[in-house]
Amino acid sequence: MEECYKGFVEGVWSREINVRDFIQKNYTPYDGDDSFLAGPSEATLKLWDQVMELSRQEREAGGVLDMDTKIISTITSHGPGYLNSDLEKIVGFQTDKPFKRSLQPYGGIRMAEKACKDNGYEVDPEVVDFFTVHRKTHNAGVFDAYTPEMRACRSSHVITGLPDAYGRGRIVGDYRRIALYGVDRLIQDKQHQKDSTRVIMYSNVIREREELSEQIRALQELKKLGEIYGYDISRPAKDTKEAIQWLYFGYLAAVKEQNGAAMSLGRTSTFIDIYAQRDLDNGVYTEAEIQEFIDHFIMKLRLVKFARTPEYNELFSGDPTWVTESIGGVGIDGRHLVTKSSFRYLHTLKNLGTAPEPNLTVLWSTRLPQNFKRFCAKTSIESSSIQYENDDLMRVTHGDDYTIACCVSSMRIGKEMQFFGARANLAKCLLYAINGGVDEISGKQVGPEYRPITSEYLDYDEVMHKYKQMMKWLAQVYVNALNIIHYMHDKYCYEKLQMALHDKDVKRWFATGIAGLSVVADSLSAIKYAKVKAIRNEQGIVVDYEVEGDFPKYGNDDDRVDAIASEIVHTFMTYIKGNHTYRGGIPTTSILTITSNVVYGKNTGSTPDGRKKGEPFAPGANPMHKRDSHGAVASLASVSKLPFADAQDGISNTFSIIPNALGKEIITTGDLEVELELDEIESNE
Amino acid sequence: MSEGRIHSLESFGTVDGPGVRLVVFVQGCPMRCRYCHNPDTWRAEGGQWMSPEEILQTYKRNEAFYRGGGITVTGGEPLGQTAFVRELFAAAKQAGIHTCLDTSGILFDPEHPEGVDALLSVTDLVLLDLKQIDPECHRWLTGQDNARILAFARYLDVKQIPVWIRHVYINEEINPPAQLFALGEFLGSLHNVKAVDVLAYHTMGISKYEQLGLAYPLAGIPQATMEQARQARSEILKGMREVRRKEKATNSTKSSEGC
Repeated sequence: MEECYKGFVEGVWSREINVRDFIQKNYTPYDGDDSFLAGPSEATLKLWDQVMELSRQEREAGGVLDMDTKIISTITSHGPGYLNSDLEKIVGFQTDKPFKRSLQPYGGIRMAEKACKDNGYEVDPEVVDFFTVHRKTHNAGVFDAYTPEMRACRSSHVITGLPDAYGRGRIVGDYRRIALYGVDRLIQDKQHQKDSTRVIMYSNVIREREELSEQIRALQELKKLGEIYGYDISRPAKDTKEAIQWLYFGYLAAVKEQNGAAMSLGRTSTFIDIYAQRDLDNGVYTEAEIQEFIDHFIMKLRLVKFARTPEYNELFSGDPTWVTESIGGVGIDGRHLVTKSSFRYLHTLKNLGTAPEPNLTVLWSTRLPQNFKRFCAKTSIESSSIQYENDDLMRVTHGDDYTIACCVSSMRIGKEMQFFGARANLAKCLLYAINGGVDEISGKQVGPEYRPITSEYLDYDEVMHKYKQMMKWLAQVYVNALNIIHYMHDKYCYEKLQMALHDKDVKRWFATGIAGLSVVADSLSAIKYAKVKAIRNEQGIVVDYEVEGDFPKYGNDDDRVDAIASEIVHTFMTYIKGNHTYRGGIPTTSILTITSNVVYGKNTGSTPDGRKKGEPFAPGANPMHKRDSHGAVASLASVSKLPFADAQDGISNTFSIIPNALGKEIITTGDLEVELELDEIESNE
Repeated sequence: MSEGRIHSLESFGTVDGPGVRLVVFVQGCPMRCRYCHNPDTWRAEGGQWMSPEEILQTYKRNEAFYRGGGITVTGGEPLGQTAFVRELFAAAKQAGIHTCLDTSGILFDPEHPEGVDALLSVTDLVLLDLKQIDPECHRWLTGQDNARILAFARYLDVKQIPVWIRHVYINEEINPPAQLFALGEFLGSLHNVKAVDVLAYHTMGISKYEQLGLAYPLAGIPQATMEQARQARSEILKGMREVRRKEKATNSTKSSEGC
């Protein structure tokens, strides 16, 4: 056995690229509490102070401290960058210095130009010329192929957030492979894959061979990235520090290459823990040293930055990078996957203070160890920075080595990827059904010229019938726009490094999305259970609604309306599935407009539920604001009725509650006697 | 099967008994506590009729949320609808659900405890609101005498029903230390008290009074702080401890007499 694998249990992973097998054979489940954790080192505090100072400068500079305007970002485009090379245990920045945003034009030169311009920078004219005249971008390709109908849907916002001008993201490379196998072994594996393709050159075989060549080239560049920082990552990592560093180089290469809408990390804590446990056992590193490596790693992840436009930031309410890391969960053999490093990762929220990135996501199961649950609760209370997702639900489909990309999209690491795809605005689609495809804001004919509804009061059956027709049309336009987008992204902005960290044959999820679900559910409920009067303008377009009487509202555990919400999700998904998808993508949908609900609402006219033109939608699958009047459980119950099978890409519910409403700390049955006795002892003394 | 006049249901109750609970607010209350934050539950009319079965169904469909919790009936005054609450709790007990009765005890009749007996036989925990120990102050604060309430507290002790005591602290004038101590002495004489919770008076109910067109009885009195509530609680515990100590002394005297 090679020296670097000494102490590890061999298995399938020794013969083939199989990180899951390595984890299952070697990890140490941890049931204890958080008392073993170490605080921040002096170096950590010093570095973090420096980061805080740079953050302050960045804020004062209006949000961007420095931008590249000439050097195109590639895996090897920049020399080394440091905060303080003497103190950093884990190294590497996207450019040659921290807080400097790189130039990434392959998704679209116009977006790159605008991102610079809006922040007061100018992209070098030669670069602009090159990416306009000589080298086509993803964005240019998409617009060459879009139909007029797709463009109309795009400008009316009935389909919003199409990744047609920037990187699609949502692909998670298995960065752990670099640490476990070293880059040379991965290149060897890819070379073997290339050598064993079919030999009759159908276009898909040609594409496969070209992509594998690209992947091999990316891995070679990855080695060079290591060399730039003085590391030889062609071989496997030999200890915790190297394992983290190797893994991080992989992630760093990905963000140097791609400015994706979400660049998630994967599920690394339990993998890293295997090295940490071995080093602790052999006295190689102390707990404090291991925590320091993790702190420095997380610090780097917090400093991932992209050049983006103000509009983009408005859509996502901030400047998110979605560096999601999935923690915990339970294995299919019944053992939970919580290790000491699961604690260590969450502990960075204490050592470095709270932060939204990386997006630490606990894969929650009722069967997680009690001590870990307590620690999660405690850390949540202190930091408000942990995301929770239902492992018991997702494990059924994705096994026990999946990760979350972005906020809710689950996929097996290195085996599945996702074509990310925007959202269909189902509330606006309902208005199109009522107005015969005419946009209620612009007055233009966007959808097909179906017969509009002409009655004064809306009839449920008539509206539903027309709505289904309109949804079917929308699904068709939507899926086909995505087909174009993903074809062009593969062609002009291929994620070669991330795909090099996948198996040869990956399952591709074809992700779609829904916005405005609760608006639609309440609107249809109002039409069915109350009376809704349509108010038309001079052109005969319905621009407003008057609701007479009360109606059941989604979010109150009332089946009359909750069933409508479920039916809409199921129906739309059925229509999505009725379309051809690029590269055999398997359709899924999500209901998760966590932040962009405001923008969707802005572009949607008044709706039959009484919501006025421009008013925000509820986020994700949330009930509409203030319409859930039966308490949290009833609200959650409505959401949980939505069929997960139809929305496997995720259902999100944004839930805020004041701490006091979660109960009291003081009252626990039985404690009173103890308290009385304790008092007595004290007063006796 | 009797139906109850229900003001509303809260599906996520976390402060009215252990765990996450379905909280049933019944309509109607004879008390007129000046700090009441649910004046909309006072009137005996209004609300909606619901059967125990309907409420249990609401509970059962979301049972997963209530692990470690249960059902709490509050109000309004639950003892105003004893038969209904008894049926609800009996059905709940049969389904293995923890039951909790949140009451002021004002409608307890020491001469005829039979109706209440049947209810208590299916009640796991009583949340008892002791508003004031002094009868005069109690009348001022709630519009009612507290004799029946104290009798109810004693009765629960005899029946050995576990009780959580709740007491609202407003300010030093209304809740002087001596009264808190006296309340403690009373509680110390009971042996079924599992918790004492002192709530800081808050003014969140004001908007409801405005909606109902009622004058707010404690207008101008500021909210109490958590710290004040904590101090009040330790004053009550002092009283309890005092009584317990005397009790112990008496017991040991008795046993030495025996020798």
